[in-house]
Amino acid sequence: MTHNTFFIDGEEISFLPGQTIMDAALTAEVYIPHLCHYPGLTPHGNCRLCSVEIGNKSVAACTTPAAAGQHISCNTPALNEARKSITQMLFIEGEHICPSCEKTGNCKLQAMGYYLGMQDEHYPQFYQRRAIDASHASILLDHGRCILCDLCVRASREVDGKNVFAIAGRGTDAHLIVNSSTGKLIDSNIEVSDLAVNICPVGAIMIKKQGYELPIGQRIYDQHTIDEIGLQENTAKIPNQDDH
Amino acid sequence: MNQCMPFNSNSEPEHLLHRLYALQQQYLFISPESMQQVAAEFNLPVSQISAVVAFYAFFSQQPCGRYHILFSNCTSCGYLKEDQNLLLELCQNLDVTPGKTGLDGLVSIDETSCIGMCDHGAAMLINGIPLVQLDIERIAQIAQLILTETPLADWPIAWFQVSDIVYKAGLLLGENFTIGRCLKSVLANSADALLATIEKSGLCGRGGAGFNTSKKWQICRQASGSTRYVVCNADEGEPGTFKDRLLLTNHAEAMFEGMALCAFVIGAEKGFVYLRGEYRYLLSSLQSKLDQYRQWGFLGNNILGSPAFNFDIEIVVGVGAYICGEESALIESLEGKPGIPRVRPPFPVTHGYLGQPTVVNNVETFIAAATIVSHGSDWFRSVGTAQSSGSKILSISGDCLLPGIYEYPFGICVQQVLDDCKAENVQAIQIGGPAGRLIGKDDFHRRICFEDLSTGGSILIFGQQCDLLTINRNFAHFFAHESCGFCAPCRVGTKLLKSSLHKIADDRGTQQDKMEIKQLSELVKRYSHCGLGHTAAHHILDSLQHFPQAFEKHLTQYTFTPQLDLDKALEDARQITQRDDAAAHLKSL
Repeated sequence: MTHNTFFIDGEEISFLPGQTIMDAALTAEVYIPHLCHYPGLTPHGNCRLCSVEIGNKSVAACTTPAAAGQHISCNTPALNEARKSITQMLFIEGEHICPSCEKTGNCKLQAMGYYLGMQDEHYPQFYQRRAIDASHASILLDHGRCILCDLCVRASREVDGKNVFAIAGRGTDAHLIVNSSTGKLIDSNIEVSDLAVNICPVGAIMIKKQGYELPIGQRIYDQHTIDEIGLQENTAKIPNQDDH
Repeated sequence: MNQCMPFNSNSEPEHLLHRLYALQQQYLFISPESMQQVAAEFNLPVSQISAVVAFYAFFSQQPCGRYHILFSNCTSCGYLKEDQNLLLELCQNLDVTPGKTGLDGLVSIDETSCIGMCDHGAAMLINGIPLVQLDIERIAQIAQLILTETPLADWPIAWFQVSDIVYKAGLLLGENFTIGRCLKSVLANSADALLATIEKSGLCGRGGAGFNTSKKWQICRQASGSTRYVVCNADEGEPGTFKDRLLLTNHAEAMFEGMALCAFVIGAEKGFVYLRGEYRYLLSSLQSKLDQYRQWGFLGNNILGSPAFNFDIEIVVGVGAYICGEESALIESLEGKPGIPRVRPPFPVTHGYLGQPTVVNNVETFIAAATIVSHGSDWFRSVGTAQSSGSKILSISGDCLLPGIYEYPFGICVQQVLDDCKAENVQAIQIGGPAGRLIGKDDFHRRICFEDLSTGGSILIFGQQCDLLTINRNFAHFFAHESCGFCAPCRVGTKLLKSSLHKIADDRGTQQDKMEIKQLSELVKRYSHCGLGHTAAHHILDSLQHFPQAFEKHLTQYTFTPQLDLDKALEDARQITQRDDAAAHLKSL
């Protein structure tokens, strides 16, 4: 076994060849903060919350292969401070209206803010003008709340087999687009049961007509911290249409 | 299947970027209908076409003017000249707003990142063609020609004259490259022997990172894959760099032969030159040189009669994206996608173009390799330092009397370079472009080589009169504009850095803001996905360390001022009410 282990903050973790640091850590029930990662989907590495340190180098745990004997720093004050700053950046980039957002309590961005002890947004708001796509009868797409995590893009392609979404544009002009002739959701083949709809960590893709079915206070992250849920996701299979 | 083929089946399929560029030329923008048509032609999702169109700066989704003008905003070839704003001047002359096409569709004026004309004064691209040596008189003349709708072909030809001034020629530029000589040496040797020659020469990549060239070729050669590719990175987008302009004009043959050499060593049959969109005007001459090479039997099947040596080169032209100078982003772009850097490892050398082993070297590296094979490794090693053999071609611009191209042996000291280009009263230089390092007098004794100051070749000189904060703001604007948007720290961080520097320049910053900028710079540098983010804040950190007064003199005495500028926030209201009198302004602090 000594060949297939590495260390996170001194704790010895075993891994299978080909596993990333994130995969191995989650399997061993060691939580590394993440927003753009979901077990089973191709890792992307865009949110950088899973940044860990190997020696003096910072890498994304979700895309970096685990290697025998590696010593990795993860839960350090400096890294958590950086993660908090990155979370704040995601907040100010979009329109995150927690008190009036239907996703409140179920939102991973919000839960991450709590987890990292975020007290304010710190940076000045961007106030970007981003459209809402309400064309679909059952699904709402609010670009203002999108954090460009790419989870819906990958879920649609890799699990739903549909390729409904893509990200277009450069820099802070980057935005989610819909793969349809009009660019509207209504003209895509998306369905409510798609993983792409349900995987959104924030309130960017929401199912209509089912608001506040669960009262605030009884929602996922009202009851649990994001690390608890993050570790459970590891053991869960990727949900598919049978789950609905 | 036939209706999906955009071209007749016997010709090479057209590259997606070229197809879109042709549409942009034809209609002056790319409409949703065009995107759908192209998606059908290429059998690709329309979202991929939209993503590509939205990513590259030279594609537009709104109609451009029939005269489409992009001013360079580089510190050397940019539109700000001695307190004059040439871009605004032209806009006023033609009564248009920057970034908005005039109602009659005649003209659109905007800015773009450095177009590589830094030794030619202020410069612009007009319908993709560089126009140099701009000044206030020239701007007035240009306005007249546009108002009279004079075709570009009838404009004074001298305005478009780009001359490549070499002030110092060394190992490569001083050498008369004999066409075909490298190829003949290639065929007279085994791949092993050629690789050994390159190894012995100590050649390292000339882009700045300095990876050992023979090692790269060796890894690629040994990597498992069905096909191998050679890619020449001719996408030098680092502001202040223009040496490739010269190399592509006068030394293209050596570049082609260097690529063929690499192909022979690694076993590739296909090569690409990825030419930056700003240098599109060089395309036709490069194409005719390639045709000439094919006619001579120097490219194509059975090169020089050798049955085992087949290699050809295709040129793919970029469409305005600095990030495509990063090798994995370049490969994404070659594959017809947005230029978003890949996760590395795996590196392109094992998983590159179409997932196959790929060597990516830049123009100067391939030329050096071709010359080494022609002249031997000892000849190459005769100049340079122990760890940096050979020479480096520098693009020098900014506050000096002799801006141009200089080739030095590695190990040359910065002061010598400054003396040669007649730069006096130098306050600072930016070595390696905005992604490089900002150094002051105390460091002018240092040497240009991989073991000390490494550079891709851009040297920007700033004299004593220069306000360095303005330079920092220019660079911050550049990175915010060129960030690909993939990762959060770079996408958001570069924009925050830009606005924070803006606040300080507006005399609204505090000590607190200065500390914030430092922390933010460290964050972007440390946690970004790729080299762009890792280097985007260097210039700010260097400035804070070596030139703190550039910031200090702007700081207010307050402990805190809000980011929001109330008076500026009222600008929308002033425009709506068409008021700009004193009562429509808040008193400043």
